[in-house]
Amino acid sequence: MLQLRNVQKSYTEPDGSRLPILDIPKFEVASGEQMALVGKSGCGKTTLLHTIAGITRADTGEINIDGIDIAKLSEAGVDKVRADRIGYVFQTFNLLPGFSAFENVLLGMTFARGRKDPQRAKQLLDRVGLSHRATHKPTALSVGEQQRVAVARALANKPSLLLADEPTANIDPRNQQKIVDLIRDTCREESVSLIIVTHSLEVAGQFQRVDRLEEINLVTAAAMAG
Amino acid sequence: MSLFRIALRSILQRGVASLLTTFSMALGVMLVVAVLSIHGVVSQSFRNNASLGYNMIVGAKGGQEQLVLNTVFYLSKPVENIPYTYYLEFLKREERDRFQASSLMVQCRTALQDSIYLLGAGDGLSGIAIEQGIEKVEMAMLPDTRIKLHHPAVETGRDGKYGLMTDLAIPLCLGDYFGRFRVVGTTPALFDELVYDIENNRKFEFAQGRNLRSHDPEHGFFEAVVGATVARELMISIGQPISPRHGDPEGHAHAQQFTVVGILRPSGTPNDRGVFINMEGFYLMEDHAMPLEEAQPTNGAQQSKIIDKETWQAMQKGKSAAKKAELEKRVIREPLPAEQREITAMLLKVPYQLAPGLENAINEGTQAQAVLPVAVIYGLFEFIVNPIEWTLLVLTAMICVVSAISILVSIYNSMSERRGEIAVMRALGAGRGTVMTIILLEATLLALGGGVLGWLAGHTMCLIAGPWVEQQTGVLVGFLNLLTLPLESVLIPSLMLLAIAVGIWPAISAYRTDVAKSLGK
Repeated sequence: MLQLRNVQKSYTEPDGSRLPILDIPKFEVASGEQMALVGKSGCGKTTLLHTIAGITRADTGEINIDGIDIAKLSEAGVDKVRADRIGYVFQTFNLLPGFSAFENVLLGMTFARGRKDPQRAKQLLDRVGLSHRATHKPTALSVGEQQRVAVARALANKPSLLLADEPTANIDPRNQQKIVDLIRDTCREESVSLIIVTHSLEVAGQFQRVDRLEEINLVTAAAMAG
Repeated sequence: MSLFRIALRSILQRGVASLLTTFSMALGVMLVVAVLSIHGVVSQSFRNNASLGYNMIVGAKGGQEQLVLNTVFYLSKPVENIPYTYYLEFLKREERDRFQASSLMVQCRTALQDSIYLLGAGDGLSGIAIEQGIEKVEMAMLPDTRIKLHHPAVETGRDGKYGLMTDLAIPLCLGDYFGRFRVVGTTPALFDELVYDIENNRKFEFAQGRNLRSHDPEHGFFEAVVGATVARELMISIGQPISPRHGDPEGHAHAQQFTVVGILRPSGTPNDRGVFINMEGFYLMEDHAMPLEEAQPTNGAQQSKIIDKETWQAMQKGKSAAKKAELEKRVIREPLPAEQREITAMLLKVPYQLAPGLENAINEGTQAQAVLPVAVIYGLFEFIVNPIEWTLLVLTAMICVVSAISILVSIYNSMSERRGEIAVMRALGAGRGTVMTIILLEATLLALGGGVLGWLAGHTMCLIAGPWVEQQTGVLVGFLNLLTLPLESVLIPSLMLLAIAVGIWPAISAYRTDVAKSLGK
């Protein structure tokens, strides 16, 4: 489902020198697979997710999503792949404050192809247990509820890959597990591949596959075990 | 969810800022409508005034503009006068003889003729002998009378020199005021015969009462008609006596009173602001008769009967009220002799093809000047109204720019706080073009909302001010009016386009948003 080959990403420092962030010879996620990505702060976890989503362009390498190498696509092409095939859950939820919970979920479909399906938006809100809060604006929701709306929004366009960037970091411990369960369960139900970035060993420990990003190299689960 | 809805939601989310921007835009459009309406009313009012019903004005030599301002608009300082006999040269035989009936010369000649006929009849003289007798007596006596009167011979029984070239000649005597309004001594022809709106064949109409008469059994020569504005402002009603003031609005009030017999319907012409009195009555007011010993046989343009306030007061010093009343009473019994009359100007309706020739003939003479008022009015229009028009248009353009900038500022200011939202939309798959479209839609919605609100407010203002504008100018202004629509149909969409165009700047800013940087984790 997702394959990265020889992906490198670096940033230009103020003095003009290059700062390497990512150097990933090979990274794959199978269809429907769920995995956790761990690593120290600043090691490039978010950059990796951005690169997979096409928000940040890799300097070199291939990024295949459902057989489409987005590294070779134009920006508009990448936008389209992102809209159609990728869902994104942020640490800070990033719900649009002017829109209700229902509208935020609908927004997830707005930029994807095909007909917008309000019914699916309702079902997703129901699935995350917020059908009774559909008309509420984000400011009227608790942080846990906001993240649940964010999960529903990320799945709205029926993506094949869900990228969750520390989705429990801002959630109180009591609700953290509920969010993780929600993400995992809904991804399973929708057959969506999941990459979840987390600092929490407790969260990471629930996944069969945990990859660690250290320095600039991705250490796979197999390597970690070895 | 459509992009339109996203843009609308974004506007609603920034409620106060959006509201202020919309009001700013609405204010701009409302001012545009107001400016265009003012421009339309001024232009239309000027056009109405240029529709005169006459094509030539004859008055004392001097500035053309001053003559037109005085005669057409009843503005500016009074001009000099021209002899009444000059006016008679523009009349046909019958009318000329009728107006000369008051002449001392004519009266003297008639008396002589009567005497000699009586004498001849008594002595059994033949008709030829009687005619010869009259001629001899006239030759013997009339020259003395002429010398005494310092006046040229008054000839009866012929057309005026320009009588056959003139369809209509209306005399005007100016110089007095009633309140702030000009008093115009004239003949009933001004309202009976003058078609002021040739296109629609409209004469001046009376809202109340009737036209003044040459001589009325009840009021004699002392009838007045007032314009609509005068009647409204001074609350004048039919039957009310009015006393003009001499020379200027603060001048002394004439003892002679005129009875208001008619109130004009609003016409949108300067006549709305005029007080019209019978010219015969005008002449009979104190200080309006040219003293015989002061009358000059030539060039009446060089003298004026209108005296200033100080001179009049000096003349009146020592006169008792009884004496003044007696003087007033004495002069009202008979019309003023033609030799003691002057007029300020006359309005001529001349056949189109004869106008240039007549104009030249008058201007080559020494007694008066002829002007073609429409040409002068359009000259004044160019000189006065066009600069106002340009000023208003520049003002309008500035309003448009300010309104557009307010939209730019509003959207641009919101951009910093919205970069996160834009980044989220980009992360959800929105392309750069899509977010740019959303921002442009916002600018369009703000421009449209403000535009519609301003348009409605502007036209509602026109509707509310309509009756007042009509009273002041005679120009009809409703909610929708043809005065402004042509310009509005260009200016308001242009303003909208400008507002949308300035939205391109923040839209480009949205287009360039660095998603990775702007996105919270």
